[in-house]
Amino acid sequence: MAQYIARRLLMVIPTLIAISLITFIIMHATPGSPLQPRAPQANPLPPAAQEALARKYGLDKPLWQQYLTYLRHIFTLDFGYSYQYQTREVRDIMASTLPISLHLGIMAMALAILVGIPLGVIAAINQNGPVDYLCSFIATLGVAVPNFILALFLIVLLVLLIPVIPRTGGWDSPIDWVLPTIALALGPIGIIARYTRASMVEVLRQDFIRTAYAKGLSDRQVILRHVLKNGLIPPITILGPMFAAIGTGSPFVEKIFRVPGMGRFFVDSLIARDYPMIMAVILIYGAFLAIMNIIVDILYGIVDPRIRLA
Amino acid sequence: MATAGAGMTGQAQRLDALVWAARPHRTLWRDALSRLLANRLAMFGLIIVLIFTALALFAPILAPYPYDKADFTAVSQFPTWTGKYPLGTDLVGRDMLSRLIWGAQVSMAVGLGAQVLVFLIGVPIGALAGYVGGRVDSLLMRFVDVMYAFPQLLFVILIMAALGRGMQNIFIAIGITGWVTLARLTRAEFLALRERDFVIAARAAGASPWRIITRHMLPNALSPIIVALTFGIPQAIFTEAALSFIGIGIPEPRPSWGKMAGETQQYITSYWYMPLFPTILIALLMLSFTFLGDGLRDALDPRTRKRE
Repeated sequence: MAQYIARRLLMVIPTLIAISLITFIIMHATPGSPLQPRAPQANPLPPAAQEALARKYGLDKPLWQQYLTYLRHIFTLDFGYSYQYQTREVRDIMASTLPISLHLGIMAMALAILVGIPLGVIAAINQNGPVDYLCSFIATLGVAVPNFILALFLIVLLVLLIPVIPRTGGWDSPIDWVLPTIALALGPIGIIARYTRASMVEVLRQDFIRTAYAKGLSDRQVILRHVLKNGLIPPITILGPMFAAIGTGSPFVEKIFRVPGMGRFFVDSLIARDYPMIMAVILIYGAFLAIMNIIVDILYGIVDPRIRLA
Repeated sequence: MATAGAGMTGQAQRLDALVWAARPHRTLWRDALSRLLANRLAMFGLIIVLIFTALALFAPILAPYPYDKADFTAVSQFPTWTGKYPLGTDLVGRDMLSRLIWGAQVSMAVGLGAQVLVFLIGVPIGALAGYVGGRVDSLLMRFVDVMYAFPQLLFVILIMAALGRGMQNIFIAIGITGWVTLARLTRAEFLALRERDFVIAARAAGASPWRIITRHMLPNALSPIIVALTFGIPQAIFTEAALSFIGIGIPEPRPSWGKMAGETQQYITSYWYMPLFPTILIALLMLSFTFLGDGLRDALDPRTRKRE
């Protein structure tokens, strides 16, 4: 097991290097540079100042050298200085924004699991009943409708029509957490409910369930002891893609609800071509995704002993 | 069951196809069509999609005002039943209804156009990997794995930030990121088809690789590809809306639903209708394409149909 984990973790490194290389190439192969703003009202710097700045940030060296320098620094978790916020290191910006994004993400994850799984179970037990249709409606809505749209619907519903939430944004008190968490969780709730329902239906049809009923167990006992145990394995595999859904959704949700997280910084830094910030966000996200996938694979092996990790 | 019968005739037809140099599998498609027509949810989706297509095509005729005509005497007017602007006006006094109708053009164009690009990149690469196999295959698939490791939407945003705003660049960004799934799917189909008797027979009969791929393998791999493309459409619509929402999608003055929602979302507490109308349309169109895709999948591939 330890060997398996170690090997998987080692495999993450080439993936991250590939990601960083592709990102680096795309950013440098396209017109526009942080030294020459293209905005119409921008005031171009004198050439001498441009050269000085280029030297300061190492932009005058050949590209491959810039990349290697960058790569070397990354290994010491030094992401350099942000171009946009001159006085702050990217590492500092990350240190203040990443916890907020993580906090939001974990709350959304928890909500998605706590609502999605029961929803799927209820739908599977009442197959083709009204509850099932309601669940599949929620699931379809969650999967097919983007979260920034759900976020706006939520604002209209919970702030304007039924004023339970006093304001639409910020991150000062727990009341501000409610809407972004729901907006971010609805999609994953849909995904989880769909998967749980499908796998529960599959298990309910198995012979050992019929046996359990035949020996006189109550519905409750059969569902809790036999069906759930076997039916929850497939939903675990989609926790990985779910992290992806929550992670990619957060820039939009963070923007709408004015959450001071990493996602908002990402969008701002893209527009400003803040290379060090862009690279850092994509790398952190890629690493996060890769590690989550490993954890999910390990969990999968623990929950279902029939699956052997190799 | 009917599905077993379809499989049998499918087999027989593939033999025919060899002899008659590829006849279309008419019964399979007709069978699928009748199944699709019987699916109420898919039909609902299809009708909505057709309505939006009509809106997009006839926007210049249907829209009561030009999309960029600002009426400064009627700024930020709420929707009324009787007034000049039934769905109200936006922050600079442009007619909401006209802008919503014109916005259909962007969403439909991106949804369908980007899928053409995805098809043109994804299918040849997947077909090549699946048909040639060996080192070419493993090289391409390694590349696909790396692309998968990217958070897709962030990658699209990155490309858009690099290329700048514009419809054409949205096509490119979705094309570059979207082909991966389709290539994987096509490759898997081709790997399975490569070992099938009718392909081996075609090869033995001296057909060129080009002919084998286009005449024998591609038609048989087509239905999962069509399904994947249909599901790609709402994804592309979503991507455009998301990009325009954060301000790096469609440039002014052309209206896009995502942009209309993004520009006005901060005023939602006072002018709720401004972001609400375009978001309802995005949600409706995406749902319709999803229903249609579900229906197509069930119709084209009876094996994946829900067992109830």
